[in-house]
Amino acid sequence: MTTEPAATGGADHDPDDDTLLDRVFDAVGERPDLLLEIFHAVQHARGYVDAALVPRIADRLNLSRADVHGALSFYPDFARTAAPRHVLKLCRAEACQSVGAVALAEHARTRLACDFHEAAADGRVLLEPVYCLGNCACAPAVMLDDELHGRVDNARLDALLDDLGSDGA
Amino acid sequence: MSTRVYIARDAAARSVGADRVATALAAAATAAGRDVDIVRTGSRGLLWLEPLVEVETPAGRVAYGPVDAREVAALVTAGLLDGAPHALNVGPIERHPYFAGQERVVFARCGLDQPTDLDACVARGGFRGLRRALEMAPGAVVDAVRDAGLRGRGGAGFPTGIKWRTVLDQQHPRKYIVCNADEGDSGTFSDRMLMEGDPYCLIEGMIIAAHAVGASQGYVYLRSEYPDAHRTLADAIARARAAGYLGADVLGSGLAFDIDIRLGAGAYICGEETSLLDSLEGKRGQVRAKPPLPAIEGAFGCPTVVNNVITLASVPAIAEHGAAWYHDHGTGRSRGTLPLQLAGNIRHGGLVEKAFGVTLRELLYDYGGGSLSGRPIKAVQVGGPLGAWLPEAAFDTPIDYEAFVAAGGMLGHGGIVVVDDTMNMADMARYAFEFCAIESCGKCTPCRIGSTRGVEVVDRLRAGDRREASLELLHDLCHTMRNGSLCALGGLTPDPVESALKHFPEDFALHPATGATGTTG
Repeated sequence: MTTEPAATGGADHDPDDDTLLDRVFDAVGERPDLLLEIFHAVQHARGYVDAALVPRIADRLNLSRADVHGALSFYPDFARTAAPRHVLKLCRAEACQSVGAVALAEHARTRLACDFHEAAADGRVLLEPVYCLGNCACAPAVMLDDELHGRVDNARLDALLDDLGSDGA
Repeated sequence: MSTRVYIARDAAARSVGADRVATALAAAATAAGRDVDIVRTGSRGLLWLEPLVEVETPAGRVAYGPVDAREVAALVTAGLLDGAPHALNVGPIERHPYFAGQERVVFARCGLDQPTDLDACVARGGFRGLRRALEMAPGAVVDAVRDAGLRGRGGAGFPTGIKWRTVLDQQHPRKYIVCNADEGDSGTFSDRMLMEGDPYCLIEGMIIAAHAVGASQGYVYLRSEYPDAHRTLADAIARARAAGYLGADVLGSGLAFDIDIRLGAGAYICGEETSLLDSLEGKRGQVRAKPPLPAIEGAFGCPTVVNNVITLASVPAIAEHGAAWYHDHGTGRSRGTLPLQLAGNIRHGGLVEKAFGVTLRELLYDYGGGSLSGRPIKAVQVGGPLGAWLPEAAFDTPIDYEAFVAAGGMLGHGGIVVVDDTMNMADMARYAFEFCAIESCGKCTPCRIGSTRGVEVVDRLRAGDRREASLELLHDLCHTMRNGSLCALGGLTPDPVESALKHFPEDFALHPATGATGTTG
């Protein structure tokens, strides 16, 4: 019923949409109210929710394409194009701002040579803003591929990004 | 003999290295020829001391923190496993000044055991409230919750008993309990800590609610930003089901009730109860017009209790100890306890559960120890991004729903974000509009368009562009958003904006006198 959140984006790429959807519907269920869970499962398997899947999902759930596209495009979590392997979510909310999140974001943008919602120059990391990770007493907080990090300063952020270099990606 | 050691697996503790400390401790113990049993618990809530290591000694649990994984070997050599004195030894947590004065009701068990260890939970009184509630008629449970004076902890402070009564009175074959675990307000983390530290407390509260109103299905709508809470809660639900607390016949009582988790997808607005319900149904999370109230037409058109995590988690104690016991805590019309969260620029950040009535100043200085930076505290924002910024002059306000409204703020979910005197409050006012623009569901115009226009007006004001006219426009815009928005996002965004302008006009590069004139109307 519930799915584990994706750890690293899309590892095993399944070229067959129908096979993927069969698998997802088997695991999650085939009901319209499960649409978000279905998106989560697709994104977990593939790294993003391809627009080509929208009519197929709509067909299977007896929804209109507009319903499916509308929901898919409403939620910031769902990527609609192939995303970089790693996602760095940097909290921009008040508690993190109170201890230097604005400067940390500036550092991240400089280091990755990209803005929010963009991939780093090397194409491996997507930089996303996030509005609260619930780690407000250990701010500033960032989440790198579903791993939460607290009390992050420029040096720690650099170390986290440097560590990505050793995973063969 | 094996020495028991407790290290939190709470996401905040892990975010600052608790896993590395646990690994290092196991290795250091082996090297020292000591046998250790490391129990991963919820957090005790003294988050500035995380990673915290507690060692079971004949004299009780002795704590060390904050522990760096690189220091673990030296700490073991210095006698950590025997509770020896050390600069990082903070003694037993129960006697720590930060903890000793707390009134832990909801968080009574958090941090003591492995969070999904059902036997440990039951041994500490878990599910006693449920057993008592199941012996009572549904209406009597609702009355107890009403008499206890419990109000919604998500922010609105609506009396829980009245909401439950409405759902109980509906003649409908299907009713739902929906737990709002979309804790998106900056400065709040009590829902997360409870779900990660004592998930059975929430589960128990939901089952009692189901019995009270006649619901057969429960949902926890959980934000996707909380993967640790997701894992722990899913594990706890499965174990509770296996042990007969959930399912077709709860504890042999004849009650049929089960709980599923539904994962959100990064939209702040889904913390608003009607957009949450649309999202739960698999749709865009857009706000619904009220009426109909969710209590009458909620999830899938059925009568639905929508309550925050802490509201539901307060119920087991009421069922176990009685309404009068709970009502004896607190002040005025704010009864019971509130888990407050000290966050942002604060020296001792963490969770402080206190009966209502404690003042903001006590929390900020006695518990919080002042700002983290050591600079003067300039302002605090209580209740998340839609809460007003309160200056020093308001710090004697007691934690009380009505007192906060009188002070021009709101208590919300009990999160307190602290900023020091280096923060520019015009930046925060601009951010409030920006946040509203990003998170608006788009259904109503004042919120969708007003927020973007708000950013522009603040920019013009600060640039000195037609200052008087811009100021008037800003207040006019705030008036429209406050009165014309469909929900609290657009309706309350003016609060942080206008409070920043009122209390800190100099930050908007205004002449103080001009600022004062411009904001009193």
